[in-house]
Amino acid sequence: MTDSKYFTTNKKGEIFELKAELNNEKKEKRKEAVKKVIAAMTVGKDVSSLFPDVVNCMQTDNLELKKLVYLYLMNYAKSQPDMAIMAVNSFVKDCEDPNPLIRALAVRTMGCIRVDKITEYLCEPLRKCLKDEDPYVRKTAAVCVAKLHDINAQMVEDQGFLDSLRDLIADSNPMVVANAVAALSEISESHPNSNLLDLNPQNINKLLTALNECTEWGQIFILDCLSNYNPKDEREAQRPEILKQEIKVFFVKYNDPIYVKLEKLDIMIRLASQANIAQVLAELKEYATEVDVDFVRKAVRAIGRCAIKVEQSAERCVSTLLDLIQTKVNYVVQEAIVVIRDIFRKYPNKYESIIATLCENLDSLDEPDARAAMIWIVGEYAERIDNADELLESFLEGFHDESTQVQLTLLTAIVKLFLKKPSETQELVQQVLSLATQDSDNPDLRDRGYIYWRLLSTDPVTAKEVVLSEKPLISEETDLIEPTLLDELICHIGSLASVYHKPPNAFVEGSHGIHRKHLPIQHGSIDTGESPVSAGPAAPIEQAQSVIPSQGDLLGDLLNLDLGPPVNVPQQSSMQMGAVDLLGGGLDSLLGGDLGGGVGGSPAVGQNFIPSSVPNTFAPSPTPAVLSSGLNDLFELSTGMAITTGGYVTPKSIWLPAVKAKGLEISGTFSRRQGQMYMDMTFTNKALQHMTDFAIQFNKNSFGVIPTTPLPIHTPLMPSQSIEVSLPLNTIGPVMKMDPLNNLQVAVKNNIDVFYFSGLIPLNIFFVEDGKMERQVFLATWKDIPNENELQYQIKECHLNADTVSGKLQNDNIYTIAKRNVEGQDMLYQSLKLTNGIWILAELRIQPGNPNYTLSLKCRAPEVTQYVYQVYDSVLKN
Amino acid sequence: PQAFQIFILHKVLISRNYMGNMDMNEVDHFMPIMMRMEEDAESLPLVTHGSAHFLWIKHRNLYLVAMTKKNANAALVYSFLYKMVEVFKEYFKELEEESIRDNFVTVYELMDEVMDFGFPQTTDSKILQEYITQQGHKLDVGAPRPPATVTNAVSWRSEGIKYRKNEVFMDVIESVNLLVSATGSVLRSEIVGSIKLKVVLSGMPELRLGLNDKVLFEITGREKCKTVELEDVKFHQCVRLSRFENDRTISFIPPDGESELMSYRLNTTVKPLIWIESVIEKFSHSRVEIKVKARSQFKSRSTANNVAIMVPVPSDADSPKFKTSTGSCKYLPEKSVVQWNIKSFPGGKEYMMRAHFGLPSVESTELEGRRPITVNFEIPYFTVSGIQVRYLKIIEKSGYEALPWVRYITQSGDYQLRTN
Repeated sequence: MTDSKYFTTNKKGEIFELKAELNNEKKEKRKEAVKKVIAAMTVGKDVSSLFPDVVNCMQTDNLELKKLVYLYLMNYAKSQPDMAIMAVNSFVKDCEDPNPLIRALAVRTMGCIRVDKITEYLCEPLRKCLKDEDPYVRKTAAVCVAKLHDINAQMVEDQGFLDSLRDLIADSNPMVVANAVAALSEISESHPNSNLLDLNPQNINKLLTALNECTEWGQIFILDCLSNYNPKDEREAQRPEILKQEIKVFFVKYNDPIYVKLEKLDIMIRLASQANIAQVLAELKEYATEVDVDFVRKAVRAIGRCAIKVEQSAERCVSTLLDLIQTKVNYVVQEAIVVIRDIFRKYPNKYESIIATLCENLDSLDEPDARAAMIWIVGEYAERIDNADELLESFLEGFHDESTQVQLTLLTAIVKLFLKKPSETQELVQQVLSLATQDSDNPDLRDRGYIYWRLLSTDPVTAKEVVLSEKPLISEETDLIEPTLLDELICHIGSLASVYHKPPNAFVEGSHGIHRKHLPIQHGSIDTGESPVSAGPAAPIEQAQSVIPSQGDLLGDLLNLDLGPPVNVPQQSSMQMGAVDLLGGGLDSLLGGDLGGGVGGSPAVGQNFIPSSVPNTFAPSPTPAVLSSGLNDLFELSTGMAITTGGYVTPKSIWLPAVKAKGLEISGTFSRRQGQMYMDMTFTNKALQHMTDFAIQFNKNSFGVIPTTPLPIHTPLMPSQSIEVSLPLNTIGPVMKMDPLNNLQVAVKNNIDVFYFSGLIPLNIFFVEDGKMERQVFLATWKDIPNENELQYQIKECHLNADTVSGKLQNDNIYTIAKRNVEGQDMLYQSLKLTNGIWILAELRIQPGNPNYTLSLKCRAPEVTQYVYQVYDSVLKN
Repeated sequence: PQAFQIFILHKVLISRNYMGNMDMNEVDHFMPIMMRMEEDAESLPLVTHGSAHFLWIKHRNLYLVAMTKKNANAALVYSFLYKMVEVFKEYFKELEEESIRDNFVTVYELMDEVMDFGFPQTTDSKILQEYITQQGHKLDVGAPRPPATVTNAVSWRSEGIKYRKNEVFMDVIESVNLLVSATGSVLRSEIVGSIKLKVVLSGMPELRLGLNDKVLFEITGREKCKTVELEDVKFHQCVRLSRFENDRTISFIPPDGESELMSYRLNTTVKPLIWIESVIEKFSHSRVEIKVKARSQFKSRSTANNVAIMVPVPSDADSPKFKTSTGSCKYLPEKSVVQWNIKSFPGGKEYMMRAHFGLPSVESTELEGRRPITVNFEIPYFTVSGIQVRYLKIIEKSGYEALPWVRYITQSGDYQLRTN
């Protein structure tokens, strides 16, 4: 007897009948009915209306029936959330069943029911199951934590389930350990703290022990997890070399599926080297005579790529290609001609002897690629081909039927021919110029036609220089994967990413939370030219990036940088750039709300915000007693002690890692020198192509910072080249309050793309030179600023005396107005002013023998004080 | 991230959503993609629709499809799908539309057990059969409990196994993969070995296997004997790897019944065991003449059995005529090959075959690829690598006597010789 009978119910009144059967008195009948329901569900019928009746069958002592009911619940609970709650009691009860199979079944199923109300009830049973005596239940509960986290991450954390999972790493049972590891890894993917499991030697040992004993799947979970561990002393891996000796493994077999054949070809080309090129070529030649057109084409292309990649083999490749051309198989010939064109470009003036053979096949070329390639060859070597004019003329007849690619190439080829043999080809060139300009409505073709025309008619010598100029050699390996991408793909080996050759965030929706994987930094690398790309300065990057709430959306339209003709960009003045409205209106003045009250809200408020009523002598001050009692000393301090040498500059950190910017890496810092602010950056090209057309733009920011000049990079940045750039800044740009206040969002464009990053501006670059307040004004202001605006900070572990402190700070335009000694403590009173006119007043208390200083800051805009404190802290500690 | 859903479909026959956060209807895009690919004569094991990725395998006329939206571990997914086929086959003999329908309740149970939230769990059908059975159970009496093997450290063997006669059968099987170019040079030659067990032993026996392993012999200083250098050794989970790492001892508690204890690979180039020289002359519009010479290149005390040499012929060939010095020929028009069978082929011999086919005067326009000659054979009592089982010790605490039986066989793997 089989189950298939359950699929053959009569359609009419089916649901009604099932309902009756589900409520039958006899257990057997009910079980039969549930099977029918599941059968109906399987074939896609909607049986959700039977929900209450099926749930009634849940309380059963029949395991098979219970499983079926659970299955039903998983499928329909979401559509019937209110009724699903009916099942909760049974679940909770089953989690206490004496049979571990039932307990596990219950906790597994509950986790699959994505109904909020149910998940609430899940916590207690889950907690028990995580500590169950039976490992089968514990391993199921471990996975359930991951399920729950997917539904309600906050709850999982609040309930301490992550800790429970971590505890399970030490479980005595290997399967439990494996599932706990799997669950933690899964949770890490969407968790802000990607390192949920601390891979310390102790934990690693636990995992290694379990590794030996668990199933093959468990081994995968554990190995995946361990692969994230970066050993401190890892030797340099020798990745590409591993496969080089195994090239034979990738030789194509007759019965390989076509997708395997194509993939093998790709790998063979990547592995081709001088050592194995003979074997590879012999294979490729073999493949080029197969029957599958795609495969054959790719094999021919591969021969061309070998020629370009392995110089020593070029000659052999060319002769192989000539052999293939002799086969006269149409698509083989065409493909061969396309790759021969590339070989000519790579090795100019070396293989022209074969041109005659190529020309014999002119008539059989019917694909644009091949036609264009042939035309290019004829044009490029026109002086050596006696009948070049006839050959090119033959293409002119059907000029308007050709593809744009062919038309453009033909135009250029004929112009080249004319420049080489002007006397015989004047008519031809006029013909093609008129075809391109007057008879064509393709703008590209017309533009190029006109340019040639004008060049030829105004200055033939220049025309020659332009058109017949030396061409850059084509790159050796056009198919190389960017090193940064390669690194990332290696970390994801075996996954979809490695199949698609794309980073996971390129095809996984909502993957902004996914943590990018990197290879460990390879210590002792001999190749000093290439510094570790990504992993090194992880901390500063993370810090800087966490400032941006969600990259994509906000920044997507941050800068509608004009990506039009690159020639315009260098001419863009700072004013133009500033004028571009970045985010629409919303100027949320930093000062407005906070200072508005007493002062009138003018940005220039700094100079005149002392109320006129401030008396010249002071009444007892409400500020701390120390201050009021020692005012006399305040004025004894001599001024102007240190010579300005420029302020403190934080070391450059990586703002834009190459992995995020298609190979462009930007590291930088901010500085203030001789009263001028700069953004000092290092641009490094870690891609394989050169980079040009750089431009930079800032988002509106709290201090109105904008660049004063365009980005001063005028020459292309070649691969693995670095350039230092100092971009002068001023603060006349549009203001928008940022969080954090000193956050600056930047867009940088080059010929490849636009990239966004953000950095934190150390506040000291805004400390202006005339930040020294008059003593009287200082006292009055200190008193005038309400006490709730005073904030206290600790500067820890500092071992300087008061004078050194004053000197250091003055380099950053923090001026000491007075120094006093009160009960053995040195008190420094200081002022500084920001570019936007905000004054900050400081009192710094230094106790002898106590390395912790107390800094009190007063300001009408108290939100800036923490950034001022950061400046104090870094200046005094460096 | 292994997160995905599994479908077995033709139309969707049965499915299981392991993550609960994916729209199950997305799978509706799968079959149209397959059909489109079929029209374009394409075939890719991984296809995409929107943000959904389908990883599929085909078993008979059924597709087993895993669907994911994450960067799933593709290697794991495919292994898992093949494993599922294995499990279903062991449960239902065959995996086909009918067996799925006939057993849909069990199929659901199995799908629930073999994977949880995208993480593969227990997929060993022997263990699964201990608690997922096709009989309905009452919970109070005799309902199955998770067998200790599900989670045990020794997860591959149950306790309390009893046999009247205790025996172990061990097969050492070596497959030869060969690829020879049309000019007769060996492009690739490798030996893939496997040691298979059939264990009929009571209790929890400890087994120790001794091989003529080169590394072991070097350690112990016995270098005179013939040894083999094993590469890419893979062991069944039961083998204690730490012991192997330490002193190359292969010790284990074996799974009950049939299993593969270990596999290995040898890259040492050996003389192709059966060498083929062929001349295939095609006279367009008239005939094809085929001459094949087969030579056995192993010692004369061994004999290759059931040798079958498949020689490609044009698909439009007709009126076959054969002549052989030994064995018999058969024309298989459905495969467009002539198959030359030699029941017994002793070492050091050479045989000839000639075939003659007519060709139609009107030639088919279809281009034909140059297919290789393939050869099947098996040579019993012989390992091409020279691997030997030196001993197989069986120790069980009850102290019973058990007999080990060892067989050797070398067979053709992927054995191809390209033709002109």
